[in-house]
Amino acid sequence: MSTVVQADPATPAGSAHPLAHRRPLGDRGFAILALGSGLLVLVILVLIAVSTSQQASSWFTTEGLSGVFSTTWQPPDKLGALSFIYGTAVTSVIALVIAVPISLGMALLLTEVVPRRWGRPIVYVIDLLAVVPSVVWGLWGILVLAPWLQHIYSSIASGVNGIPVLGFFFGGENVSGASFFTAGIILAIMITPIVTSLSREVIATTPTIDKQGAYALGSTRWEMITGVVLPHSQGGLVGSVLLGLGRAMGETIAVALVIGSSPEITSHLFSPGYSLPSVIANEFGEASGVFRAALMGMGVLLFIFTIIINVIARGVVERSARRSRGA
Amino acid sequence: MAVSADPQKVDLREPPSWRRTKNRIMTWLMVLAFVLVIIPLGLVIVTVVAKGASIISWQFLTSDIPVNIAPPGVGGMGPAIVGTIQITALATVMAVPLGVLGAIYINEYGGKGLLAQVVRFMADVMTGVPSIVMGLFIFSIYTLHFGFSGFGGALALGCLMLPVVIRSTEEMLKLVPDSLRQGSYALGATKARVTMTVVLPAAIGGIVSGALLAVARAAGETAPLLFTILTVTSVNKNPFSGPNTSLPSQIFSNASSSFVGAQARGWGAALTLIVIAFVLMVVARLVTARFARYSS
Repeated sequence: MSTVVQADPATPAGSAHPLAHRRPLGDRGFAILALGSGLLVLVILVLIAVSTSQQASSWFTTEGLSGVFSTTWQPPDKLGALSFIYGTAVTSVIALVIAVPISLGMALLLTEVVPRRWGRPIVYVIDLLAVVPSVVWGLWGILVLAPWLQHIYSSIASGVNGIPVLGFFFGGENVSGASFFTAGIILAIMITPIVTSLSREVIATTPTIDKQGAYALGSTRWEMITGVVLPHSQGGLVGSVLLGLGRAMGETIAVALVIGSSPEITSHLFSPGYSLPSVIANEFGEASGVFRAALMGMGVLLFIFTIIINVIARGVVERSARRSRGA
Repeated sequence: MAVSADPQKVDLREPPSWRRTKNRIMTWLMVLAFVLVIIPLGLVIVTVVAKGASIISWQFLTSDIPVNIAPPGVGGMGPAIVGTIQITALATVMAVPLGVLGAIYINEYGGKGLLAQVVRFMADVMTGVPSIVMGLFIFSIYTLHFGFSGFGGALALGCLMLPVVIRSTEEMLKLVPDSLRQGSYALGATKARVTMTVVLPAAIGGIVSGALLAVARAAGETAPLLFTILTVTSVNKNPFSGPNTSLPSQIFSNASSSFVGAQARGWGAALTLIVIAFVLMVVARLVTARFARYSS
């Protein structure tokens, strides 16, 4: 953009020049307007942090750190958030385990396998997936998917009960169609578009000459991918997975409908659970006093988690993009 | 060599080996990934159309929302459709001009400067703020003081749209060649004039299409509306005061109901919402195809 700055006649170097005149008022006004709109982003982010933590302060003062991170959830007195944090973590991890291989496969399919002519309709399909509203996934999840999964879950659960590792994760008595796992599946569907499109952008930056070099050495396509594309895009791929994780953690409505709404910490993935955003969505309407402050505080926790993950992810993506541009 | 004597018989392909088999397996796994994505998308669209199409009629689109226990065929989603249009339109009117101006700041004024880079980075980060947090934010700074209204919901949706509009507009402004800017500076135009009459028109196709996609996403958001607009059962013509409702909010409350009628109306509302979102997306594609002068 440096050329633009140089070519800008509105800021002449020596204003004593006879041809120089004051910069017109409208021009300066426009510059200020643009600056103000840019700064609005920073203002909003700061305001979010300040206003929500202000509303949540009574939760932290009455419960204390040990109360906030306890597992007891008996509103309106005992307001521990740990089971919700656990649920958010578990559902997000399930979502990543399902979505990352699929997204990566699709990104590779689009960039390295199919011709451009075929790639376009595939991209349209991914865009369609991204535009289906969260609440519609939730509606479908609870009324169609969950009843169907219930049967599968119960047969799996009765099959694996007693087997060491499988029983630990997929066994248990309290099997339900609305569960951690169902929430994870819905989340996986919802984060696939963003992880796919970001990975695709990263993978597309692999220099053609490196790829051709690998082919010239007699590699198969898969060997070229593991030898050239993946090492080149590692950093960016980590970043796009992290961004997917951020999305999964903050997703509210679909999860609120299919997670089963039961604040429990259990290793059994087919049991109902709860997550930070979904408890806020379900309970905030009737809450007041410290209870409302607690829900507000969970929003603050969520904000902090997602901001940290997003800052790391964007940093990683940007650094790897800069490196591949410099190379 | 014997080979050159009979070129027809030469088989230059490598004999089948584990390397080639592995390559083929991996290619099929990639295709499988695509199939695994199409299945839920197809299922959800087929289900929504199958369950929603039968209930949708002019009466469904215009009538007031009945009690949950009412059988399918009674009442409709009129207030929710009106609310969604009001709230999304208000959010668009606020977020799109500010977003475009923000992008103008980043690309035309800030350039490589530190502040512009920080704003750009933070806009990226802001796209990752969960929508429910935006709802809580607007609840604490607006709803607590001024009460529930469609405008509160529009503020929350606007906050979600703002960073998306900034980033998509900025990408479009980047594509406008510098020679256009330099040409108009050479004619003596001020920076504001160059931006408004040369740069923006050159990028307008991409900007509009990006904004439409942001609107399509925002129209389907539920979480930021839950505690800023509540729900109502009859049309609230005034988006600035009194509770309002929206299609996503109604789908959310009907999805957790066990009454057949409520669920049927939920599917009808879901179909209406999906149609609105898809239409916006298709229009965005058409705008890109028709008006985008520079593309990446």
